[in-house]
Amino acid sequence: MEMTEAIVRAASAVGAGLAMIAGIGPGIGQGYAAGKAAEAVGRQPEAKGDITSTMLFGCAVAESTGIYGLVVAMILLFANPLI
Amino acid sequence: MNAPIPAPQVSGPQIFFTIPILGGIHITETIVNGWLVVAIISLVCFFLGRNLSTRNPSRRQIAVEKLVSMLSNLLQETMGKNNMFFLPYIGALFAYSMLSSLLGLTGLRAPTGDLNTTIGFALIAFFLIQFFNIKNKGFFGWLKGFSEPVFFLTPLNIISEIANPISMAFRHFGNIASGIVITSLIYYALASVSRLLIGWIPVIGSIPILQVGIPAFLSIYFDVFTSFLQAYIISMLTMVYVGGANEAQSE
Repeated sequence: MEMTEAIVRAASAVGAGLAMIAGIGPGIGQGYAAGKAAEAVGRQPEAKGDITSTMLFGCAVAESTGIYGLVVAMILLFANPLI
Repeated sequence: MNAPIPAPQVSGPQIFFTIPILGGIHITETIVNGWLVVAIISLVCFFLGRNLSTRNPSRRQIAVEKLVSMLSNLLQETMGKNNMFFLPYIGALFAYSMLSSLLGLTGLRAPTGDLNTTIGFALIAFFLIQFFNIKNKGFFGWLKGFSEPVFFLTPLNIISEIANPISMAFRHFGNIASGIVITSLIYYALASVSRLLIGWIPVIGSIPILQVGIPAFLSIYFDVFTSFLQAYIISMLTMVYVGGANEAQSE
């Protein structure tokens, strides 16, 4: 393997790891949403179904930034345009 | 000395064959499995739709009617009464998305684990939104809508309009594809761990015993829960966006 290609591969692996730092944001956000949902269920247990579906919907939308990080990491690992 | 464990193979969908027209159309695993899903849905719908009666409905008919009325209530809540003609599309989208992801349980590659499928879903929603915007506001009204509230926000408005379908497509694809990647990594890790634990026993040692059972729990989350959730999300987002573009005209 050429030296430059080896360097690019190593840097891509490090970059993929760095891209997954994006997972922190959705983790915090979804935890916050779940906490608020638990609070809401505690206050109004009869609306549990509505609260759960709203929370899941919001969580999945909030997840998208993390998914972008994941897609970048997967591109770097499996379909690297730089090599 | 045992043979080395093969490294985890994570690849895109395989190309089965290529139709040599228009510069070669690749028939991939995604397309074949997608047709399989379409066939399954058609067969199920055919058998559920047979022998319907208004006098003495069978138990099967009552269950199906319950399902359809649930979907139609959801549609009416999110999109309003004037958009009820979307019911077949949303139902088909939900069923196709969910069954495609659930196909991952059988060991076949899920069609929604391919970006092309989810971009298809998202582009349909995108063009429906633009179509209804043009239809309701008129062509120039639609163009003018981009320069609101102030004219220098036009580039931002265009970007946010394009970002909608991209985020929809990547969200669905990323969830399913990450399930595929993590499952293959887990299989590899379990093979390594069971090699470490029982690799010294002559015959049984070559069987990756930990691979039995443990992946099933992950599969419940990654395949069953994620499939249902993502199908719900993409149909919900389509309903919200398209319903927002085609709101009931105030008299």
